[in-house]
Amino acid sequence: MKGLLNWLFGAKRRSRTISFMIVIVSYIVLSLMIASGSLSRLMISLLVPVCAYIVAALGLNLNVGISGELNLGQAGFMSIGAFTAVILSGIFSANGMNPVLILLICIIAGAVMASVIGWLISVPVLKLQGDYLAIVTLAFGQIIMSLVNNLYVGFDANGLHFAFVTNTLELAEGGKMLISGPMGATGVSTASTFTAGFILVLCALFVVYNLIDSRSGRAIMAARDNRIAAESVGISVSRTKTLAFVISSCLAGAAGALYALNYSSFVATKFEFNDSILLLVYVVLGGLSNMSGTIISTALLVILPEMLRFLQFYRMLIYAVVLIVIMLVSNNEWLKVKAEQLKKKLTGKRKGVQQS
Amino acid sequence: MTETKTPVLKVTDLGIDFGGLTAVNDLSMNVYENEICGLIGPNGAGKTTVFNMLTKVYQPSRGTIELCGKSTEKMSTIEVNRAGIARTFQNIRLFMNMSVLDNVKTGLHNDISYGTIESILRLPRFAKQEKEADAKAMELLKIFGLDEKADVIAGNLPYGEQRRLEIARALATDPKLLLLDEPAAGMNPQETDELMKTIRFVRDHFKIAILLIEHDMKLVMGICERITVLNFGMMLAQGTPAEIQSDPEVIKAYLGE
Repeated sequence: MKGLLNWLFGAKRRSRTISFMIVIVSYIVLSLMIASGSLSRLMISLLVPVCAYIVAALGLNLNVGISGELNLGQAGFMSIGAFTAVILSGIFSANGMNPVLILLICIIAGAVMASVIGWLISVPVLKLQGDYLAIVTLAFGQIIMSLVNNLYVGFDANGLHFAFVTNTLELAEGGKMLISGPMGATGVSTASTFTAGFILVLCALFVVYNLIDSRSGRAIMAARDNRIAAESVGISVSRTKTLAFVISSCLAGAAGALYALNYSSFVATKFEFNDSILLLVYVVLGGLSNMSGTIISTALLVILPEMLRFLQFYRMLIYAVVLIVIMLVSNNEWLKVKAEQLKKKLTGKRKGVQQS
Repeated sequence: MTETKTPVLKVTDLGIDFGGLTAVNDLSMNVYENEICGLIGPNGAGKTTVFNMLTKVYQPSRGTIELCGKSTEKMSTIEVNRAGIARTFQNIRLFMNMSVLDNVKTGLHNDISYGTIESILRLPRFAKQEKEADAKAMELLKIFGLDEKADVIAGNLPYGEQRRLEIARALATDPKLLLLDEPAAGMNPQETDELMKTIRFVRDHFKIAILLIEHDMKLVMGICERITVLNFGMMLAQGTPAEIQSDPEVIKAYLGE
């Protein structure tokens, strides 16, 4: 028993164990609350989006916290995953496939699609650094949104039909519009469930933690901490940055697919610049490189605005102020020293308990 | 006697210009197997620039660098490291937010062959190679007296220990030639004595050649078998410590006339 506890809460695994525990315990508690009917309809409707945003934010934290590159286009990758899922689910549900299987295929396809596009983009983009990289990822998010906003996709007996800017699709009888430009995705057969979201969050945590604690993860963090030194020990900095970027977009794609199949209709502007910024807020508020922090802050910041509807006009204003305060506080030397001392005190006490 | 050994590093007529400024010119030197060589000179003589050319941070404008008989002309910094040159930096460049152990394991990057997918799925090869890497890294840390601080974040180590950790990380890449850029900078006399012993031990234990830049003359004269003196980017003298100490040109460069 003691051995197991040491393994779970040792220096190497503590944050991993805590993250998994937070997710599993919340899932059990929330499931019980749903079963007993003590959760409001509004809250239940927020469960899947919360899971989706957590997965996308975990991916973003890999990119911003672990790899140290500012990415302002994460919502763009969610959008890719979402609309890939809409198209596929349109095809499969017409064939009367099992919804669980559809969801699984859509999430995998969304993740793969977002990874491929993430990889294509990373080749030119990761030659840039800092602000320039941020600007390009921002532009990328906008481009994806505009493209999808002008995309028409229909499905009928003859297969898939695509049109761009104007709807020139002439679908055969019994055909169905899957994406109708600015009207967005319509008639999606919903397949996402809270349990699916919970499993996806677990998978994302599994991927992120296993990646960090491995050869590739060390290389990613080394390239972040000191580029020149990383190359001096034989690490290809561009390759590691690409890896982090691709895995981050992969998670965003999976999250987008989960999100999309939760609604029967939604528009492309659901994934706009503000959402990329929101994801960044979740990550920064939860703490860079801190995965359990990301989970908690994402859940809070998705749910709180719904509870505090009367403040919704000031939401972005409040986020901006919070971001600025966090940046000032986290760069304050005096506070850092105090936090260090507090941490020492706490861990010192814990050690004492273990010995006795 | 050294002439019969094979040179690990052979530098011929090396030179580099930055715009119109010639930083290093006509430098020729050899470093032989199992040898500790020194590169000294007044501030601004171009010593670190030489290191940066050897590791291809800068591409030399003239001359050739051969590592064990192989030209490094077409190699990148990464390839030079894989070919067998590891270095430390004058201004310490550790991975400051990573643990001491992870810093050394990062040095083992090219020693580990499992892929990203294998690590995400935790396949057996991952566990096996991580265990080996842990053992190798701990062995290196022990040599530098850092094994008890394996879990400490590198940025929280005192200065002297950071310097030693940097050497350990460089050694983890399994080099044939180790370049040390002012390893004793900021150390007190006891620490410097300790470091001299460690450098000799490293040479004997790993059977590698070492080229070091240092201002601490006690260290240079104490452990280097041969010394090259640079001044204003030009080679001023080359020889054993005794020869260098009595060379009138060197004395002039260091003390002025």
